Amino acid sequence: MFEGFDPVDLARFQFAFTVSFHIIFPAFTIGLASYLAVLEGLWLATGKPVYMDTFKYWVKIFAVSFGMGVVSGIVMSYQFGTNWSVFSDKTGPILGPLMGYEVLSAFFLEAGFLGIMLFGQKKVGNGLHFFATLVVALGTLFSAFWILSVNSWMQTPQGYGINAVGQFVPEDWWAIVFNPSFPYRLVHMVLAAYLTTAFVVGGVGAFHLLRNRYNASARVMFSMALWMATIIAPLQIVAGDFHGVNTLEHQPAKVAAMEGHFETNTDHPMPLTLFGIPNMETATTDYALNVPYLGSLILTHSLDGQVKGLKEFPRENWPNSTVIFWTFRVMVAIGFAMLGVGLWSLWKRYRGSLYESHWLQRAMILMSPAGFVAVLCGWVTTEMGRQPFTVYGLLRTAESHSPVSAPAVGASLVAFIIVYFLLFGAGTFYILRLMGKAPSPYEEDTPHQPTRTAGITPAPSLEGRNVPDPAE
Amino acid sequence: MDFAVLWAFLIAFAVFAYVVLDGFDLGTGILFPFLGRHESRDTAMNSVAPIWDGNETWLVLGGGGLFAVFPLAYAIIMPALYAPIIAMLLALIFRGVAFEYRFKTVRGRWMWDVSFFTGSLVAAFCQGLALGTLVQGIEVSNRAYAGGWFDWLTPFSLMTGVAVVAGYALLGATWLVMKTEGDVHDIARRYAYVLAGATLAAIGIVSLWMAYLQPEFYTRWFSSTAQFASVAWVPLLLMVFAFSLFQSLLAGRHYRPFFSVLGLFLLCFVGLGINFYPNIIPPDVTIWQAAAPESSLIFLLVGAAVLIPAILIYTGFAYWIFRGKVREGEGYHH
Repeated sequence: MFEGFDPVDLARFQFAFTVSFHIIFPAFTIGLASYLAVLEGLWLATGKPVYMDTFKYWVKIFAVSFGMGVVSGIVMSYQFGTNWSVFSDKTGPILGPLMGYEVLSAFFLEAGFLGIMLFGQKKVGNGLHFFATLVVALGTLFSAFWILSVNSWMQTPQGYGINAVGQFVPEDWWAIVFNPSFPYRLVHMVLAAYLTTAFVVGGVGAFHLLRNRYNASARVMFSMALWMATIIAPLQIVAGDFHGVNTLEHQPAKVAAMEGHFETNTDHPMPLTLFGIPNMETATTDYALNVPYLGSLILTHSLDGQVKGLKEFPRENWPNSTVIFWTFRVMVAIGFAMLGVGLWSLWKRYRGSLYESHWLQRAMILMSPAGFVAVLCGWVTTEMGRQPFTVYGLLRTAESHSPVSAPAVGASLVAFIIVYFLLFGAGTFYILRLMGKAPSPYEEDTPHQPTRTAGITPAPSLEGRNVPDPAE
Repeated sequence: MDFAVLWAFLIAFAVFAYVVLDGFDLGTGILFPFLGRHESRDTAMNSVAPIWDGNETWLVLGGGGLFAVFPLAYAIIMPALYAPIIAMLLALIFRGVAFEYRFKTVRGRWMWDVSFFTGSLVAAFCQGLALGTLVQGIEVSNRAYAGGWFDWLTPFSLMTGVAVVAGYALLGATWLVMKTEGDVHDIARRYAYVLAGATLAAIGIVSLWMAYLQPEFYTRWFSSTAQFASVAWVPLLLMVFAFSLFQSLLAGRHYRPFFSVLGLFLLCFVGLGINFYPNIIPPDVTIWQAAAPESSLIFLLVGAAVLIPAILIYTGFAYWIFRGKVREGEGYHH
């Protein structure tokens, strides 16, 4: 088995598979950790039990997702060595310490306080418990900081030298950590994590609102998630634009491949190819549907800016345009759909019918996995766009691989696929089951007991535990 | 100052922390099917649930740290141990997810019991295989692993695999003696005697076998009477801890058995260190050859000097919060 395969291709596929599975969990838990911190903070500040109910609902889901993130992450920290040992030897002096900082400043922090956050509320009291929740949220952000610095350095390396045995050696740590693409990638990814979580939370809220529009917790989820969509989606589109312009500056071949742009537009403005099939053999984008001027406008922020086509680069350095042209478009389309949902909700809020709008709620359910799809498409775009290099322009993927033969890589790949689908499939099943249960106020209170506090009227923004049914 | 040596000690510390911390929770998993009723298994699992994640973080530090400060060692060891490392990672997934999944289902609980046990057992055994492979020596040429795909499979590495399983199970048993009461406590105490015997026998066999495995190992211990006298404190102190272990088990003590086993592990670790130093991969690669450039060592050392003490403090704090006996039915579970 696997004798006819190229071990490098198998190792690439294995890394793509394990890292894609892994990123799903952090993309969700980065956002969810912050959301939990906000919920607990609101509960402490306002004393409204609905926030604690919602916190308790999501913390169970957080525990399962976080566990899956941890175990799939341990795999990543060893896979550099097992399948990419030459890469590890050469980049270890630079990337190793950055990952070391991630372990020391983020993983231990999360692990140390997660136990208290999940199991310790009765043992430590509210203040310390809130502190633990905040620390876990902070830990997820530290982790994102370091690992995105690592990835960005592989995309836009700087601050290094090369020693006698061919290793990259650090010369300027500041330049290494804050390499040119890092700030953009960090902002883009953290916003993506927040949007991903917002659409999951909003989708679950919508699902339970459709069953019972007076469920107070579902209202909190739905409203907060849509505020996030309204505010973050446009910010994300702006951040994405900046990221794209930065990529054009440092990795022009990637942008050309993302746009299916083979010929440099020397004498005319670059159109935006909305759809088409980039053909790597003929170096043309077939069946292209073009919008004039838009390509130049988006990439150069001018009407007739020139953008280098793929043909300006040696053919052996071309990333796969056929794939990343499409993954990029799916990501962008989802971004705009998220913006659309945000604006729609703003209109419904203005009309005072946010919780009654069944179509908005159905759309939100439909969109609830959209963030994951967008995150995966975005990562495929940027990672396949970096090919055929592991360290952009300096170290080729084919020269990064371990002295491991195809059968070994193939067998471990099959094992990973089976185990991941089995175990993470079961985890997803348990998470969906938790999400299927309606959030409810804690047992002491009678259900559907109205909280009549001064000033509360049955308006959409009302956030009591249970809203009195106007019909009663 | 020799930063490479300093880092060798820090990585050794991380690996030791991992071995004893995940050792007791993997050990709890190995004993899992033998604890009787499912309520007893709940209690055993709850005794490690709030801390296992932190324990496994030391494994990430061991791997990540090696990548950072001894990248050459990382690049050689991982391909050499390809199959055992992959098997260990998969096994750790099986046991890691069981902590949450097990309490989400009644009908499917048995599956996660099996998953927790098998995962813990295989992870421990693979770590033992890895230790054995490293000790027996790894073939290196031109900055890369040069051996075959099954070099890790030898009678010696199988022996170290069994030794680590026995040792972890002993750590797990004494952990349960310390953290539980009633049935689980009594069962664990009975197992601890047997496992203590097995572990000590395994330590003896592996130690003597090692001395004949590589000529250099032999000279570290038996080259002369003076040489032996200078290292004899290791086996002597080991015997003291072994005595303390049996004595405290017999006396019905709750805490001392666990700490005696920690002592045994520490001395085994020191013994390995005496064989290895200054190699990081016997017989050819030294600490200095494998070390990253000084600026990498210093950059990470600055962070480690601040963060490792902080980690020890807040990890200690978390253990303190969950101190005392875990009672049946008193889980955290949602």
